[in-house]
Amino acid sequence: MSTVAITTPPRASAIGMSIRQNRGFYGALALLAVLYIVYNLIHPRGFSTNVFIANTNESVALAFVAMAQAMTVIMGGLDLSVGAVMTLTSCIASEMVRGEPWQIVVGCIVSVAAGAGFGLVNGLVIVYGRLQPIIATLATGAVAVGLALLIRPEPGGEVDLDLNWAATNSLRDLAETYHLFEDGEASWFQPIAWFPVPLIILVVIAAAVWIPFRRTVTGRTLYAIGSSEGAAYMSGLPINRAKLWAFTLAGFFAGCAGLYLAIQTGSGSADIPQAGAYTLNSIAAVVLGGISLLGGVGTVIGALVGALILRAISFYFRILSVDPLLQPLVEGVVLLAAVSLGAIRTLRVKNRLELFR
Amino acid sequence: MLDGQAARPFAELSGVSKYFSGARALEGVDFSCRRGSIHAILGENGAGKSTLIKIMAGVVQPDTGTLTVEGTEHKFSRPSDAAKAGIVCVFQELSLMPDLTVADNISISDPPRRFGLIDSKAQRDRAERLLARIHCEDVDPRALIRDLSLSRRQMVEIAKALGKSPKLLILDEATSALTSRDVETVHNVLAELRAEGTGMLFISHRMHEVEAICDTLSVFRNGRHIETFDKGARTQNEIVKLMIGRDIVHKFPPKPPPLVRKPHLAIEGLKWENRLNGVSLSVGKGEIVGLGGLDGQGQKELLLALFGVLRGVEGKVTVGSTAVLPASPADAKGGRNRIALVPEDRKTEGLMLPMSISDNLLAASYDKVSQGPFIDRAKSRQAVGDAVAQLQIKLNKPEDPVASLSGGNQQKVVIAKWLMTDPEILLLNDPTRGIDVGTKQELYRLMRELADKDTAILFYSTDYAELIGCCDRVAVMYDGRIVTEFSGDAITEEALVAAALNITKPVETPERQPVPA
Repeated sequence: MSTVAITTPPRASAIGMSIRQNRGFYGALALLAVLYIVYNLIHPRGFSTNVFIANTNESVALAFVAMAQAMTVIMGGLDLSVGAVMTLTSCIASEMVRGEPWQIVVGCIVSVAAGAGFGLVNGLVIVYGRLQPIIATLATGAVAVGLALLIRPEPGGEVDLDLNWAATNSLRDLAETYHLFEDGEASWFQPIAWFPVPLIILVVIAAAVWIPFRRTVTGRTLYAIGSSEGAAYMSGLPINRAKLWAFTLAGFFAGCAGLYLAIQTGSGSADIPQAGAYTLNSIAAVVLGGISLLGGVGTVIGALVGALILRAISFYFRILSVDPLLQPLVEGVVLLAAVSLGAIRTLRVKNRLELFR
Repeated sequence: MLDGQAARPFAELSGVSKYFSGARALEGVDFSCRRGSIHAILGENGAGKSTLIKIMAGVVQPDTGTLTVEGTEHKFSRPSDAAKAGIVCVFQELSLMPDLTVADNISISDPPRRFGLIDSKAQRDRAERLLARIHCEDVDPRALIRDLSLSRRQMVEIAKALGKSPKLLILDEATSALTSRDVETVHNVLAELRAEGTGMLFISHRMHEVEAICDTLSVFRNGRHIETFDKGARTQNEIVKLMIGRDIVHKFPPKPPPLVRKPHLAIEGLKWENRLNGVSLSVGKGEIVGLGGLDGQGQKELLLALFGVLRGVEGKVTVGSTAVLPASPADAKGGRNRIALVPEDRKTEGLMLPMSISDNLLAASYDKVSQGPFIDRAKSRQAVGDAVAQLQIKLNKPEDPVASLSGGNQQKVVIAKWLMTDPEILLLNDPTRGIDVGTKQELYRLMRELADKDTAILFYSTDYAELIGCCDRVAVMYDGRIVTEFSGDAITEEALVAAALNITKPVETPERQPVPA
């Protein structure tokens, strides 16, 4: 036996390590910053809170749907029903979010709960029916759209107008609508009064759900399943519970998307192409946000950033006067480029047989 | 030493048997081990070592027999049950999650929590403590597993096991991936654990390591516990003989007289990742060269590299006089190379199970039965008929799904598929695994016939008897290298086993003595 002198090599700083381990996420953050700053620089009227608010408004629903998708992609699955669940809950919300204040609150809760419940059903079908997520959610997504059509055969609905105004504008408008903080004129309130409500809703819900969840054993198990399901099983982790939670939370986020969409548009519509487009965009958003389609890598916050990137790209069309006929083509190419990022990893595989496993 | 605890067995198996789809893995095993001791388990491939420890660690359940731990009978239905009883296993296949951090992995099954949420600070401290205990202070608990070397990962695996405070720690080939510095560290740690009263089961193929650290040795063979003895009670030769011994005698076709052949396939200094560390070997036309050695010494990787499956292979491969290193299986089988590989797992790599027998047979040689872009039906029927006749495949209709055939006939389909490409070089990856004795003998005959028609054959088998019976020459691999070659009468079981264990001195036993059973 020899005594080896123990020398601890200098360790990387916490921030350096975090950047190295989450290159995808920080890259996405940088890309978003660049895209949005350039957008404002070349915007004919420069930066204005009105444009900022309008931009965030248009991003919330997609950001929620992308977070929903992230829940399942992190564990190596895919949820093709997120867009459809959003459509379903927006139709429910268009029927229920109106009337007395208590009715409005109940309507909001029921809409989001419907989304979460639908997600739980997805989870049950996948865990106990032993189906592949992609197939199971393709089918349940069709069911969700069908239900949405029954609830709302024609587009329409009368969502509470105060809520519509308050949720889609600045904090000052919110305070004014509900007579808070001296109708939004309190002096301490001024520095933050310009802030867009939709962005606050998005960030608060994302942080309140994700940050604690990530630190639970269930959340950890989600990553373990995506990283190596066999090893997760052999470590005695609660795999079924984690899967049920992942799909339930995916449904919850999709429900938030639907509710916000209904509040924002003041109505609901069982729009089938829109449901499909949101699902496809959610997949592109998670890849852009640094989440590996193979599972195990990335965060829900990354998906949020990815969704904002996709939206930022579409804002350019307006100020660059791109031919509207070209827009779908350009969007398609961007989507293709985004999902192709997911394949970069396979270039490092040394045993080609592993590509097929 | 804890005398009271050490005297009585900690875990005891009695009359344990286990069968996997009819094949015997363990039969009537009585075995016990105690605390404060390092106990080695030795045996050939398929001797039942893995099954034994899987039963003790709660991964598989025995069909018959009982498992007693500290006087109480247990039935473990999952690994966490065994961990509760104090039995923790460090598996050969790593159980770490590559995308999580070291600290996450070490505390994966029961992380420290505060207010119901994982306390990452406490988790990091715990990882620091456990890593310090195995003298791995240089591993950062915040690092991702996938950024660590294989050796460091294995050390993390050991730290993870120690975190469960085992009374009995099972190490299954736990040192095979370690660098020599880490091996020494592990030996020191094991000695410390023994002094603290932990029991250890140590499965290793490295004889010198077993001799260096173990107190007690048990030999398994063909699913049976043969003998347990103290270190030093038997010599290496005797141990090797205990490990050998067969139930079935195969009949092999006669070999041609040994002659020196001109190399047709020549391999020089082949390297890939850390699995192939400079392999040099040659195979002549009409020669059957066996690849021996224990499982996982790089034999499979060598065959895959020659067939163009691996990326980033270094070294030189020549066929005839032209240098070739196929870029893909399509490249390997086509053009001038004409290399064929019968893969390891016929169900995933060899066959497309739901497709018909004839489609499977033609899969590698559609170009031979096509007319322009179309598959010629008459030609393909002819080719399928020939193949079925040549290998005597027993089938109803060639249009039936290949999954409907028996294992032996399925394997014949895989081999026939590759023979249809008329290969110059045939690579066989354990082709007789899981097939019946009759079919095995047909395959041995076929191999010899092909060799007589000038095919160069490289044949990996986990069954030593096959290597002895079939091969003109056998190269034994150890740790990604070829350590020894034997030819002619020098191919004996003793020589192969000794070389596989990398005992450098050849075993000198001219005649076989009966082995106590």
